[in-house]
Amino acid sequence: MAEMIQPKERVKREQIPMPEQEPKERIYNFKEVPLGYTREQAIYEAQRCLQCKNPKCVPGCPAEINIPQFIKKIVEEDFAGAYLEILKTDDLPAMTGRVCPQEEQCQQVCILEKQGKPIAIGRLERFVADWARENNIHGKLPKISKKEQKVAIVGSGPAGLTCAADLAKLGYEVTIFEALHQPGGVLVYGIPEFRLPKSIVEYEVKEIEKLGVKVVTDFVVGTTKSVDKLTQEFDAIFLANGAGAPRFMNIPGENLNDVYSANEFLTRSNLMRAYAFPEYDTPVKIGKRAATIGAGNVAMDSARTALRLGAEKSYIVYRRSRKEVPARAEEVHHAEEEGIIFNFLTLPIKVLGDDKGNVIGMECLKMELGEPDDSGRRRPIPIPGSNFVIEVDMVIDAIGTSANPIVARSATGVEINQWGYFIIDDNTKVTTKEGIFAGGDIVRGSATVISAVGDGKVAARAIKEFLSSDKSLRKRF
Amino acid sequence: MYKIVKKERLHEVIYSTWIKAPEVASSVQPGQFIILMITERGERIPLTVADFDRERGLIRIVFQIVGKTSEELSTLEEGDELYSFIGPLGKKTEIENYGKVITVGGGTGIACIHPITRALKEAGNEVISIIGARNKELIIMEEEIRKASSKLIVTTDDGSYGRKGFVTQVLKELLDKDKSIKKVWTIGPAIMMKVTCETTKPYPVETIVSLNSIMVDGTGMCGSCRVTIGGETKFVCTDGPEFDGQLVDWVEFMNRLSRYKDSEKKSWDFYHEHTHLCSCGRGIN
Ligand SMILES: Cc1cc2nc3c(=O)[nH]c(=O)nc-3n(C[C@H](O)[C@H](O)[C@H](O)COP(=O)(O)OP(=O)(O)OC[C@H]3O[C@@H](n4cnc5c(N)ncnc54)[C@H](O)[C@@H]3O)c2cc1C
Ligand SMILES: Cc1cc2nc3c(=O)[nH]c(=O)nc-3n(C[C@H](O)[C@H](O)[C@H](O)COP(=O)(O)OP(=O)(O)OC[C@H]3O[C@@H](n4cnc5c(N)ncnc54)[C@H](O)[C@@H]3O)c2cc1C
Ligand code: SF4
Ligand code: SF4
Ligand code: FES
Repeated sequence: MAEMIQPKERVKREQIPMPEQEPKERIYNFKEVPLGYTREQAIYEAQRCLQCKNPKCVPGCPAEINIPQFIKKIVEEDFAGAYLEILKTDDLPAMTGRVCPQEEQCQQVCILEKQGKPIAIGRLERFVADWARENNIHGKLPKISKKEQKVAIVGSGPAGLTCAADLAKLGYEVTIFEALHQPGGVLVYGIPEFRLPKSIVEYEVKEIEKLGVKVVTDFVVGTTKSVDKLTQEFDAIFLANGAGAPRFMNIPGENLNDVYSANEFLTRSNLMRAYAFPEYDTPVKIGKRAATIGAGNVAMDSARTALRLGAEKSYIVYRRSRKEVPARAEEVHHAEEEGIIFNFLTLPIKVLGDDKGNVIGMECLKMELGEPDDSGRRRPIPIPGSNFVIEVDMVIDAIGTSANPIVARSATGVEINQWGYFIIDDNTKVTTKEGIFAGGDIVRGSATVISAVGDGKVAARAIKEFLSSDKSLRKRF
Repeated sequence: MYKIVKKERLHEVIYSTWIKAPEVASSVQPGQFIILMITERGERIPLTVADFDRERGLIRIVFQIVGKTSEELSTLEEGDELYSFIGPLGKKTEIENYGKVITVGGGTGIACIHPITRALKEAGNEVISIIGARNKELIIMEEEIRKASSKLIVTTDDGSYGRKGFVTQVLKELLDKDKSIKKVWTIGPAIMMKVTCETTKPYPVETIVSLNSIMVDGTGMCGSCRVTIGGETKFVCTDGPEFDGQLVDWVEFMNRLSRYKDSEKKSWDFYHEHTHLCSCGRGIN
């Protein structure tokens, strides 16, 4: 067991940086970029935690992890104990440890953040989850009597998986319906292998299945079966179908052959493994010069995937300035290290093609920053006559997603707002129809893995209350 | 896993299979399609539902060998299983009693037009079917279409069977002769659907086409299948597959169908190098 060092000593120490694959190597492979802490690094970092009596970090975690407690176990070198501690509330720790925007969640409110060196909570969480996986440590199903009631979950992204796990632990019979052939949602089809290896997603989904959750893939709720039909077969339903529909710029030339939505490009590469074509059958265009429009996480993932697939130049084209970039700082940093070329204050207005429909360039306008807009960010204004052409042979639209209407259309009485997202009660996640709950991106719009996890947890609690309440009192749901 | 319960070879390169998929069979409607994967490494390919048996939980697909996946599919035998089978996808055909209508099928489009034709007739329409192909051997499902429609006319390009010429010639004659025809459905190769729309354009009939754009998920998530319809971008998998043929941007549609020409060849070559098949393009049997 490692020693508990003195508080004075703790604050003196610096955060342990994450070991990473070298940029010039990693742009030729799809292996994970951050390599993970070693045992020694994890302990050293864990020792820094002040074990606050009133930990500020915990309310920052929507997965409700008892952070100081699991960190303490790391110091004690009881990694299995640390894992079981995390599993009490978070069934996807290898994933949340990797892709949760920690810097805006638990780490932002860690008491040591003021000194600029918060505990690297996400990295520790990842270490523990990876260690448990490698050492065959598993959670156990709490001894609880099975309940008769059945719950259907639509979508197997982080929201659906979390809700399913929590309900299974309470003894309910849970079935997840997933449209694609593999469960995981954006975690399998969107986020690239080099940020979140698919084998890890598969593993954590299997662990959840071991809790008794049934996962039915190849099942499109809305066409294979309607929500209305599901309500006849199940006692409660959680809608967690994500905000899956891609948005386009609506500029001329956008339907040329090599213009992709980020969803298509990433799905081909990740879920369908086009990076291993022709061993895997699904192809993807490998452009020499790729332009990705947008500057969120999805855009960074797209531009970095294009580079790994063989693009000689991979551009990010963004209409605002560097300051407004919405992607995680870490991802922007990784992209820069890898040689992604950023074109700020640039607005695409037309994709140019040849007579066969191939992309040969993209016409853009230069922008300047004007007065702040509603979001408080300075509004980008086009500079007239500043037109110029970027020579590219493929374009990836990564400007966001919107609600896919398939599920909502088949759910009578479940109301949506003007953008197609489900209207819910924030405290219970219940929709406008009794017994039907919703959470994750299909409520929030494109958000984060951890907010989806949080919604899944809140919904599971509300579903339990709903199912155990007297039928006559159910009105409040 | 989804078991193949019946397999038939309709032509050298065209196959019909019945697949066990009870959930799909219980909700499928005419005009809809499915997406399947043969193995975990496979591509997701869309195929129209050519027939269904709700009681036995079966879906029939009819496909032509055009590349790697369709060829591999042709090598599967009764009892073999598919890795993935998803559906039904797309909107169903708007079946009503319109009066007198025409359905036109070309190539494997003949199979696709089959459930639509049957449903239109069941709804009380007088349905004239025109099916066509290059030669006699390529005419498939003739008896089934005959049964499903009020009247059947067969054409072959080379005159080896039925009327010599294209389906469009017969269509034009019918439209000239009979002003009471309300609506036309046409399914087949892109070029055939385009020409059919040109044929019907001068007449006051609506012409519905079923587009076969390149897809990935088939649920509106990726946008791979997008087409321009009357100046607006639409997704074939969720807004279609049926559209008013006069509004389709055919040039863009056909360009997008050729998006992966080079990769498709590579995939085909790779498959043939790694399987003991001849590369005559006919599959094995
Ligand atoms: C490329 C990319 C990178 C991202 N990077 C990050 C990141 O680094 N950190 C972060 O926190 N967030 C990131 N996000 C956002 C995050 O992934 C999402 O906010 C989160 O996955 C939402 O979870 P969810 O469970 O609501 O939905 P999803 O993950 O979208 O899952 C929904 C599931 O429902 C299924 N489904 C849809 N319709 C149906 C239907 N009709 N029937 C059955 N199933 C259906 C879908 O196939 C899918 O599997 C990223 C997103 C993308 C696209
Ligand atoms: C809604 C719909 C219904 C269809 N119904 C039928 C049918 O009933 N019978 C039938 O024989 N064919 C049908 N098709 C076409 C069928 O999907 C393609 O022939 C098949 O995908 C070819 O795959 P491949 O690997 O054998 O050939 P490839 O070598 O990959 O491609 C050959 C050609 O097929 C098309 N194609 C390739 N990949 C896809 C894909 N993922 N999605 C769609 N088209 C693709 C392209 O135009 C390509 O040039 C349908 C397509 C759609 C979109
Ligand atoms: S899940 Fe996210 S917010 Fe919670 S402890 Fe882990 S990294 Fe922090
Ligand atoms: S706030 Fe920071 S230092 Fe305090 S317990 Fe949480 S992680 Fe440790
Ligand atoms: S196939 Fe993906 S949106 Fe239509």
